[in-house]
Amino acid sequence: MAITRETVEKVALLARLKLSETELEKMTEQMGQIVGYVDQLSEVDTEGVEPMAHAVEVTNVFAEDVVAESLPREQALSNAPSSNERGYLVPAVLGD
Amino acid sequence: MPEQPYTTVIGLEVHVQLATQSKLFCRCSTQFGAEPNTQTCPVCTGLPGTLPVMNAHAFELSLQTAIALNCDIPGFTKWDRKQYYYPDLPKGYQISQFDLPMSDDGYLEIADPKDRFEPKRVRILRAHLEEDAGKSVHDEAAGKADSEIDLNRTGTPLLEIVSEPDMRSSLEARAFLQELKLLLTYIGVSDCNMQEGSLRVDANVNLHLEKDSEKVATPIVEIKNMNSFRAVERAIDYEAKRQYDEWQETGRRLGESPKQTRGWDDAAGVTRGQRSKEESSDYRYFPDPDLMPVTTTAEQVEAVRAALPELPAGLRQRLGDDYSLGHYDADVLVNQGRPVVDYYLTAADASGDPKLTCNWVTQEVLRELKDKEITIEQFGVSAERLAGLVKGIDSGAIPGPRGREVFTTMLADDCDAQEATSKLGIEQVDESELVALCQKLVDANPKIVADVKAGKQQAVGALIGQAKAQNPNVDPGRVREICLELAQQS
Repeated sequence: MAITRETVEKVALLARLKLSETELEKMTEQMGQIVGYVDQLSEVDTEGVEPMAHAVEVTNVFAEDVVAESLPREQALSNAPSSNERGYLVPAVLGD
Repeated sequence: MPEQPYTTVIGLEVHVQLATQSKLFCRCSTQFGAEPNTQTCPVCTGLPGTLPVMNAHAFELSLQTAIALNCDIPGFTKWDRKQYYYPDLPKGYQISQFDLPMSDDGYLEIADPKDRFEPKRVRILRAHLEEDAGKSVHDEAAGKADSEIDLNRTGTPLLEIVSEPDMRSSLEARAFLQELKLLLTYIGVSDCNMQEGSLRVDANVNLHLEKDSEKVATPIVEIKNMNSFRAVERAIDYEAKRQYDEWQETGRRLGESPKQTRGWDDAAGVTRGQRSKEESSDYRYFPDPDLMPVTTTAEQVEAVRAALPELPAGLRQRLGDDYSLGHYDADVLVNQGRPVVDYYLTAADASGDPKLTCNWVTQEVLRELKDKEITIEQFGVSAERLAGLVKGIDSGAIPGPRGREVFTTMLADDCDAQEATSKLGIEQVDESELVALCQKLVDANPKIVADVKAGKQQAVGALIGQAKAQNPNVDPGRVREICLELAQQS
């Protein structure tokens, strides 16, 4: 699969990244290399092999439904770039 | 209903908050209404290096629901990351299920007790378990001020139930939601409180119509922001009409424009356009490497099925088969929830008259509950005492028309039917006594007798009044019959 400039632009938009012209070019090339590298896997014959859903063969890991203490609010908010005493502050979100 | 030039096609997506104590992947409380950001931890705020662990109870509740919805339960299920950027989603992805959901291919049957639509089976495409996002609060008054984010809700377990587009009117959509809510309440997997967001509904709506004898469909619109079942009904009706107008104007068909999301404005009674729906590939789903898949055996499924309580549909059937109640009565009782049904069953079994007991429960008892805004558990007349009243009426010890007085006294004085009857001085009137009284009245009122003979049967009403004044225990219906007979004979 070829990585075009449009692919990178779309991925950047979805990740909310603003890339400069130079960055776009560089990313197009680098992403192309990464995908090309992974593409080598397609050479393996997987005929009749069940798709793998998870890399670790462990299932049914559960925790009991018991409430434990949460973080104190002050601590939870302490790393936020912007907050008031109640919550995280972000640029206005209007509508949905 | 007037024939419309189109068929409305509706599919529903229902998000139900599961009634767990702690969140889906961490042990923070799910309690509604806490101070903002007091129920979060490194896992649900998406801090690096944390690992989610599945809440066992959340998975059990999902299984119960999916099985009650007649879904197939695959032996293997896994979770995926659904990536999108939004301030209330701290990880930048939601842990959801994509290609291997924990259940699929079920159905829910709906019917209308007033027969406004044919009973039908609405297919359930899938039900999957995912985490909720946080909430953004925007202070409109503050204008361009920042939005405040509360992450208390982040990570609360949600079961997303997706129906096939099998509903054809807003009435059917509402019936589906009511039946689903009832089912969830009977199993006890959610409190289904729409105001608190425990049950959220999105509707996918489009129209099927004919143009030059070719079948065409309009683009699908997803409606959001509906905060009550009534709102769902209104939004669908509005949207159908809007799509028809748009179709006439633009002729645009399904596939010719991207899927649109519209928000319902309840006050204005309109839907308004929101962002165009991202294609599902834009969510870039991939398996969550942090969460282990879950396997379920057929034996486990059978054990859950066997442990399910009696469900609304089966209960309606039983009330019809074993208690001879009609669809309407059975529906009224079952829709009140299991405690009212239990009250009824106890009273009906004790009285031996299921139909009359049903009348008392669905009329007087439910009216009292509604007027006083209390639950059946708080109601002052026990099922056994109500049965006593019904038996009294059946045996004739309590004249039917005075039943309500007895009921009121039982409620006011906290006593059984027998005590209330004697307090009210109600005695059974002997038939010969009754005939003697009527004879006396007929003899004393020749004018009325003449009127009756001339065909004015309603004239006898004055005699009933006099009879009741002389003896409040007489049965007015019987007095009428006897007086008419005596008047004709005299």
